Amino acid sequence: MTVATAGYNFAYLDEQTKRMIRRAILKAVAVPGYQVPFAGREMPLPYGWGTGGIQVTASIIGSEDRLKVIDQGADDTTNAVSIRRFFAKTAGVATTTRTSEATIIQTRHRIPETPLAAGQIMVFQVPIPEPLRWLEPRETETRRMHAQADYGSMYVKLYEDIARMGRIAAAYDYPVMVAGRYLMRPSPIPRFDNPKLDRSPALLLFGAGREKRIYALPPHTPVKSLDFEDHPFAIERWTERCQRCGSGESFLDEIVVDDRGTRRFVCSDTDHCDARLANGSAP
Amino acid sequence: MLEVSGLAKAFTIHAQGVHLEVLDGVDLAVRAGECVVLDAPSGSGKSTLLRALYGNYRSDRGRVLVRHRDAMVDVAAAPPRLLLELRRETIGYVSQFLRVIPRVPTLDIVAEPLARRGASPSEARERAAELLSALALPERLWLLAPSTFSGGEQQRVNIARALIAAHPMLLLDEPTASLDAENAGRVLALLDERRRDGTAMVGIFHDPEARRRIATRLFPLPGRNLAA
Amino acid sequence: MSEVPLLVVDHLAKRYRERPAVRGVGFTLWPGEVLALVGESGSGKTTLLNMIAGRVAPNAGSVRFRVESGDIVDLVALSEAERRMLVRREIGFVHQNPRDGLRLSVSAGANIGEPLMAAGARHYGSIRHTAALWLERVEMDPRRLDDLPTSFSGGMQQRLQIARALVTEPRLVLMDEPTGGLDVSVQAKLLDLLRRLVGDLGISVVLVTHDLGVARLLAHRLLVMQQGEVVESGVTDQVLDDPQHPYTQLLVSSVLAA
Repeated sequence: MTVATAGYNFAYLDEQTKRMIRRAILKAVAVPGYQVPFAGREMPLPYGWGTGGIQVTASIIGSEDRLKVIDQGADDTTNAVSIRRFFAKTAGVATTTRTSEATIIQTRHRIPETPLAAGQIMVFQVPIPEPLRWLEPRETETRRMHAQADYGSMYVKLYEDIARMGRIAAAYDYPVMVAGRYLMRPSPIPRFDNPKLDRSPALLLFGAGREKRIYALPPHTPVKSLDFEDHPFAIERWTERCQRCGSGESFLDEIVVDDRGTRRFVCSDTDHCDARLANGSAP
Repeated sequence: MLEVSGLAKAFTIHAQGVHLEVLDGVDLAVRAGECVVLDAPSGSGKSTLLRALYGNYRSDRGRVLVRHRDAMVDVAAAPPRLLLELRRETIGYVSQFLRVIPRVPTLDIVAEPLARRGASPSEARERAAELLSALALPERLWLLAPSTFSGGEQQRVNIARALIAAHPMLLLDEPTASLDAENAGRVLALLDERRRDGTAMVGIFHDPEARRRIATRLFPLPGRNLAA
Repeated sequence: MSEVPLLVVDHLAKRYRERPAVRGVGFTLWPGEVLALVGESGSGKTTLLNMIAGRVAPNAGSVRFRVESGDIVDLVALSEAERRMLVRREIGFVHQNPRDGLRLSVSAGANIGEPLMAAGARHYGSIRHTAALWLERVEMDPRRLDDLPTSFSGGMQQRLQIARALVTEPRLVLMDEPTGGLDVSVQAKLLDLLRRLVGDLGISVVLVTHDLGVARLLAHRLLVMQQGEVVESGVTDQVLDDPQHPYTQLLVSSVLAA
């Protein structure tokens, strides 16, 4: 356990703010998929860098928690490192790169391959919480549409994709229907990860700092990706395997390794890849 | 079939401050199988009477009782919905000219009243074809819109459309005026056939020959007052 | 002919500050009827239509509509959310400017399909098929299903809007000057189309128009409005051929003969 830096409240935010955010989280958990406005604070990093996720994490983290932070599936990218250090400094909490050992996982753009368990909390960083924003710029209108479950237009987008490209084009941030009632954006996770949302035993929290919205998927909530009966939802598949650990089941990053354009496919989830290697898997 | 009592109609043209009494207490009874021809000089309100019987003109006083669905119904007092029902089922009107509906083929124009009564489109078109043949309208015209037809051709379309629903009562406003002798003859024959089948008719015919062929009775219109 | 009215408007009124726009108007509409509201600009006819559509809140009166289930519902008494949902599901609206009734950024097929998708249709192939059928029904080329509305002429956009409004076959359709702003020849074609569709589908229509020729062609009944009030009403040909009220006589005599 690291020692927290003096002069900061535990996890940076003041207690009143944390209370306010926890109330918003409770409300969000009570109405799965519904966007709850909250009074977002100024954070020591700009919008677009995870301020929403950080505020959610800050509000729920305790001294006994063990925090994992990933960005694009990796623990060692700049942002993941910065955020992990931030909480180590301001809360003095234990940190880890092992999914199975974390109590709170903050993520940008991926859900870990290792299945989550009951008691774990995942915090997603969300840029645009509103799934209808592409169609309707007015907040008043999108709120009304959610209130009336007026979601026909979302299907219009999917229809249009199929008409133009023969298939639904969204590769990430693929819209989902929560508990058959609210339309939700799962944040820019690849469609590959959407099935992991459905009835997850973990608590999934979503924080959008710039837009000041929090939404949630309590454990075991049914989550269905939008599709048509004759164009069902399907995840990405690779013909390649991970060139580090040999996995044919995980989400692969395609990395260009030299000036000649040589490509390597490796697991995006670094913890998963490392664990497989440690267990004796081979490419 | 038809019982008119005390029918009065005046026109008030507000902009000119004019009040014109055209009909003043008309009584008329018509039975099934009769064809009553209105007999009066021009401008004495024959057309007005006919239109009042159809509900096209609003009557000021009096009643126009018509046998409709086994009851006597007053056209003059009928609310709009009832009036439309009367026209659909009981009272037909053959005007002097065809009101052209743009772009609709002749066969469909004629078939429409029957289709609106519930007949299938093919049944209605079949019946329309029969009528148009009886009126000797060349088949090559049936799929064209009548806007380019001659007056005589248009009028035959008009007559076919008015006759297709086989109303028990027909109001006829100079239906043969724009037709040559041969076509007029065909129309009159058709009308006479209907009359014999029991249709009650009230008509305006200037042509003495037409009157001879179709009228069972002449009805002289009482004179009118002119008030400015 | 059924005996139960589809729509009963009663003492509907709207005031903007001190100016009354609609003063206590009422009428009844039965299934399969076309009712035209005619009058000049400022007569209140559009405000009346918008109150029925739930787009403008009345100051007084009721709009009793017989919903799909057979119950009679006063649209005015509903909460805004309920009213909007009901109107969206069961009442069609055709705007004067087709751009107000279309999504310009998605294809013709998506535009026609949207009401179906909003009502729960989830089979892409069927939605597309129905949309293509409707394009044909409004006399457009079904091969243009994937074209954007902006690539169509004004008259075709209006047909597209009509298809979109009618695809769920609502029992009541409200139309605000559906042929206004179009070329005369285009208007004639559109009127012909409307006439046939209304007749074939047996829908009821409340139609606002300042054009008496349109009213004569399409409407069974007419309400003549002046300064927020109905000055005359009745069967269309009766009102137009034997106008009683001075204002109606003025309107009728002002029409330029072609």
